[in-house]
Amino acid sequence: MSARAQIRLEGLSVGYGGRAVQRDLDLEIRRGDIFVIMGGSGCGKSTLMRAMTGLLAPLAGRILFDGESFWEVLPAARARRIRRHGVMYQGGALWSSMTLEENVALPLQQYTDLGPRQVRELVDYKLALVGLGGCGALYPAEISGGMRKRAGVARAMALDPEVLFFDEPSAGLDPLSARLLDELIVELKHSLGTTMVVVTHDLASIFAIADEAVFLDVERGTMLTTGDPRWLRDHAADARVRAFLRRGVA
Amino acid sequence: MSARAGSPPARAELVGTGARAVLRLSGEWRLAGAPPAAEVVVARLARAQVSELAFDTTGLGGWDSSLPSLLLAVRAHCRAHDIELAPAGLPEGVGALLTLAEAVPLQSAPPIDARPRVRPLARLGRRVIDASRASGALFAFVGEVVLALGRLARGRARFRRAEFWLIVQQVGAEALPIVSLVSFLVGLILGYIGDQQLARFGARIYVADLVGLAVVMQIGALVTAIVLAGRTGAAFAAQLGSMQANEEIDALRTLGIDPVEFLVLPRLLALIAMTPLLALYADLMGILGGAFAAAVVGGINPTEYAVQTVQAVGWNHFVQGLISAGVYGAVVAVSGCLRGMQSGRDAAAVGATTTSAVVTAILHIVIAAAVLTVLFDAVGL
Ligand SMILES: Nc1ncnc2c1ncn2[C@@H]1O[C@H](COP(=O)(O)OP(=O)(O)O)[C@@H](O)[C@H]1O
Ligand SMILES: [Mg+2]
Repeated sequence: MSARAQIRLEGLSVGYGGRAVQRDLDLEIRRGDIFVIMGGSGCGKSTLMRAMTGLLAPLAGRILFDGESFWEVLPAARARRIRRHGVMYQGGALWSSMTLEENVALPLQQYTDLGPRQVRELVDYKLALVGLGGCGALYPAEISGGMRKRAGVARAMALDPEVLFFDEPSAGLDPLSARLLDELIVELKHSLGTTMVVVTHDLASIFAIADEAVFLDVERGTMLTTGDPRWLRDHAADARVRAFLRRGVA
Repeated sequence: MSARAGSPPARAELVGTGARAVLRLSGEWRLAGAPPAAEVVVARLARAQVSELAFDTTGLGGWDSSLPSLLLAVRAHCRAHDIELAPAGLPEGVGALLTLAEAVPLQSAPPIDARPRVRPLARLGRRVIDASRASGALFAFVGEVVLALGRLARGRARFRRAEFWLIVQQVGAEALPIVSLVSFLVGLILGYIGDQQLARFGARIYVADLVGLAVVMQIGALVTAIVLAGRTGAAFAAQLGSMQANEEIDALRTLGIDPVEFLVLPRLLALIAMTPLLALYADLMGILGGAFAAAVVGGINPTEYAVQTVQAVGWNHFVQGLISAGVYGAVVAVSGCLRGMQSGRDAAAVGATTTSAVVTAILHIVIAAAVLTVLFDAVGL
C-alpha cells in the first residue's frame, strides 16, 4: 500500500439481498485527492457509497481506512470511525424539522463538549464557508435545491472530517449552481486538504474536480479502469470508458 | 378535438386476398374521431389469409398517433405470421416513427411481472414466510426501542426535549376536540341502549353503572387509542417515511446518531404520557354523554346519576383504564414509527406506509386489549 493511500477497496462486492450490483472492486484513494466514482445511472455508484459510509454491509471483500478494516470491526468501533467522515446526500438530506443552523449544530452538540456560544460561532463559520452566511435561521423547505446541497456540505463538514463523501453533487441543479458547487468542492480540497470521494455521472463535474476516477460498468457489474479522467478520455483501454467520457454515454 | 364537419372519417379497408392484399387507409386519422381498432384490422388480415401486404394511402388525410399505433400492431401480426410487408405506400413520417418504436430498448428492463406463476399452496407458503419475516421485523424493532429506553434510563441516550414537548402538544391538546366528540357520542349511545334494556326490568338507574364501568375500564381508552392511531400514528409514519425517502435517516446513521433514540423515543414517550390523560378526559366525556341520554330518555336526575356512578366505579377501574391507555399509546407510537422507518424511498411508498401504520396499530390495540383483560383478571384488579 503506497504511503499516500488513505482508502483501499480489496475484492469488494456490494449489492442487495445477496445479489451483487458491483463486484471485484480493487482500488486505492490517495489522501487529499478528489476521487470520482463515475458510471451510468443504476450502475451501483450510490450502493458503493452506502457501503463506504457504513449504511450497507458489503457482500464480500474489505474496505480499509488508514489500513484499518471498516466492516470487520465491532459496530462501536465503526461508529467511531464514521464520526471522522462527512457525507453529503443527493438531495442534501437536511433534517426538515430543524433550521440550517440546528442541522449543522447537531453533530457538534453530539460529539463535542463545546458550549452553546462556541457551537454557534462554528456553525456561522461553516455556513459562511459554503456561502450561506446569514441563512442559519431558515428551514430546508425555505431554500433552493442548490442552497440545500450547500447546507448539506456545511453539515458534512461540521466535525472537520478527514474524508468527505458526496453523492451526485450536481444532480438536479442548473448549470450555474452546479459549477459553483464544483468550485466549492475544489476550494475546500485546496484549503482543508480533505480527501473527497464524489459520486457523479456529470461530465462537466468530472473534468472540473477529479484528480482520479474509477468507471463502474453497468453491464459487467465491475470497475473497468481508474485514472485521471482527462487521460482516460483519450487513452482508456476500454472503448466504453472513452465513449462515456466523450459523450456521457455508458 | 372532434372530427371536423365534412372531413371524411378514418377508414381501413382490406382489398384483395393472398399475395395481392392491399390495406387502403383513407380519411382523417385522429384519435378523437374513433379510428378503426387494430384488432379488427388484424382479424380481417387473418381471415383473408394474406401472404403479402401493401398499403394504399392516396386517400389519407391528416393523421396522429392513431395511425402508427395501428400499423405497429399490423406489423407485429405480419411478423408473427410470416406475411411480407411492402411499406412503400406509407407516408414518410409514419415509417420513421415505426422504426423508432421498434428499436431495441437501451437497457433491457426486466418484465414487470417477472415472477413465475405460483401455485396456491406455494403462494400460501410464501405468505406465511412473509408474515413471519414481518413479525420478526416488528420484534426486532421493539427490541431496539427497549434498548434505547434502557440507555435513556441510564442517562446515556440522546433525547430531544424540544421535540418531545412539541409532540406532546400535537398529540394532546390538538386531539381534544375529536376525542371529546367521539367519546361523548359513544357514552350517549351506551346510555340510550342501556336505558332501553334496563327499563324492562325497572332498573333504569343502573344505566349509570353500565356506562361508567364500560367507559372507564375500556371504552375511554379504546376510543382515545383509535383516534390517536388515525391521527397521530399515521402522522408519525408519514413523518418518518418522508425522512427515509429524503435520506434524512441515513444522514443520522452516518453521523452515528441512533434514529430510534433520536426520532422514536420522543414520540413513544409523548404518546405514553398523553394517552392516559386523554383517556381520563374521554372517560369524563363518555359519562357525561351517558348522563345526558339517561336524563333525556329515561328522565333520570343528573345528580342521582352522578351519585350512582361514583358508587359503581372504583379506583381499580380507573387504574385498569389508564394502564390500558398507556399500553395502547405505546402500540400506536411503535406501529407508526416502525412503518415509517420501513418505508420505501418514494412518495407512493410513504402513502402506503401511513395506511399500514393505522392498520398495524388498530390490530395490535385489539390484541393488547384482549391480553390486558386477561392480565387484569389474573391479578384481580
Ligand atoms: N434498496 C435496494 N434494494 C434492491 N436493489 C436496489 C436498492 N437500491 C438500489 N438497488 C438497485 O441497485 C442498482 C444500483 O443502484 P444505485 O447504486 O442507486 O445506482 P446509481 O449508480 O444510479 O447510484 C440498481 O439496479 C437498483 O435497482
Ligand atoms: Mg445514485
